[in-house]
Amino acid sequence: MSRESSLVTAQWVEDNLDTDGIVLIEVDEDTSSYDKGHIRGAIKLDWTTDLQDQVRRDFVDKAQFEALLSERGVSNDDTVVLYGGNNNWFAAYAYWYFKLYGHQDVKLLDGGRKKWELDSRELTTELPTRAKTSYTATEQDHSIRAFRDEVVAAIGTQNLVDVRSPDEYAGRLLAPAHLPQEQAQRAGHIPTAASVPWSKAANDDGTFKSDDELTAIYTEAGVDWDKDTIAYCRIGERSSHTWFVLKELLGQDNVKNYDGSWTEYGSLVGVPVALGDERGDA
Amino acid sequence: MCGATEGGLSLDGVDVAKEAVIQGQVLRGQDPVPNAYVRLLDRTGEFTAEVPTSATGHFRFFAGDGEWTLRTLAPKADPVDTRVVAATGSVAEVAVAI
Repeated sequence: MSRESSLVTAQWVEDNLDTDGIVLIEVDEDTSSYDKGHIRGAIKLDWTTDLQDQVRRDFVDKAQFEALLSERGVSNDDTVVLYGGNNNWFAAYAYWYFKLYGHQDVKLLDGGRKKWELDSRELTTELPTRAKTSYTATEQDHSIRAFRDEVVAAIGTQNLVDVRSPDEYAGRLLAPAHLPQEQAQRAGHIPTAASVPWSKAANDDGTFKSDDELTAIYTEAGVDWDKDTIAYCRIGERSSHTWFVLKELLGQDNVKNYDGSWTEYGSLVGVPVALGDERGDA
Repeated sequence: MCGATEGGLSLDGVDVAKEAVIQGQVLRGQDPVPNAYVRLLDRTGEFTAEVPTSATGHFRFFAGDGEWTLRTLAPKADPVDTRVVAATGSVAEVAVAI
């Protein structure tokens, strides 16, 4: 993958609002955001209800994903362009999710909803109508999804990249600071994980930094480009943003997103945890 | 009541005694700015969180004790940085003019 095949600009989206075969999808942490105004023609996916199993902590299964996209009018051949608030955290999560289920042509709107708004581009509350389709997903591609056992095994052997804020990494905060801090799990980080906050990869307006800048950021943080990499955050959405940078923009092989992330790891019994700003020992 | 904000976002359901709240409103002149983005930067200038302002221009963070910087971005305006000190059990109120 490359920047050209996985990222589009706000201007490109505006120029292609009426192009057949392109489906705009908004995915936000604040799931009411779409309802207050969205890019014309965009449909909405709710990450809490559409993309999560409502009983177990896991994703919807293949059949549920197929039913969801069929009902929303997305075809296998469509170019899916994702965007959202929070600098595309949840749009990147959805991007990774679409890749997990094998959708071929997925792109992110560079800068997401924030860039679109800061450019004073038009939003509408008009809801689009799309004819139902018959969508077919593949089995989950576990080459891009990490589970807890391989995360524990990666301590001291692979690149672990903690993309939360420095205060969450050190254990001074338990959650992003726009959320209440009352959480059950322990604070800290996975020993040997490098702290590379997702935000280092983005400019203030939410667009991604250049490939050269990005390569320098991760190199300086100690990422060994010859090793496999697992990115994690609190619930796997910010680490999707970093997964996108490493895998899709920089073209690294063997990059996984650990969607269990700190809310799972920090609640596991008996696993090692490091506190403070240092990486800690294996 | 500690944490009550005139015209601000509701703190219902939040145990303010356990939180270091930073909140306020973005204004252009006398007018609230509903489509601004407020970024919370830590004492080293590192990004910690970001929220869009509400329909009334309000925003809120749950920070930790210490010094923070709010960086406000809005259409057709230069970014504005505002220093603020947060403390657990209190609400730091900030008005940001763009």
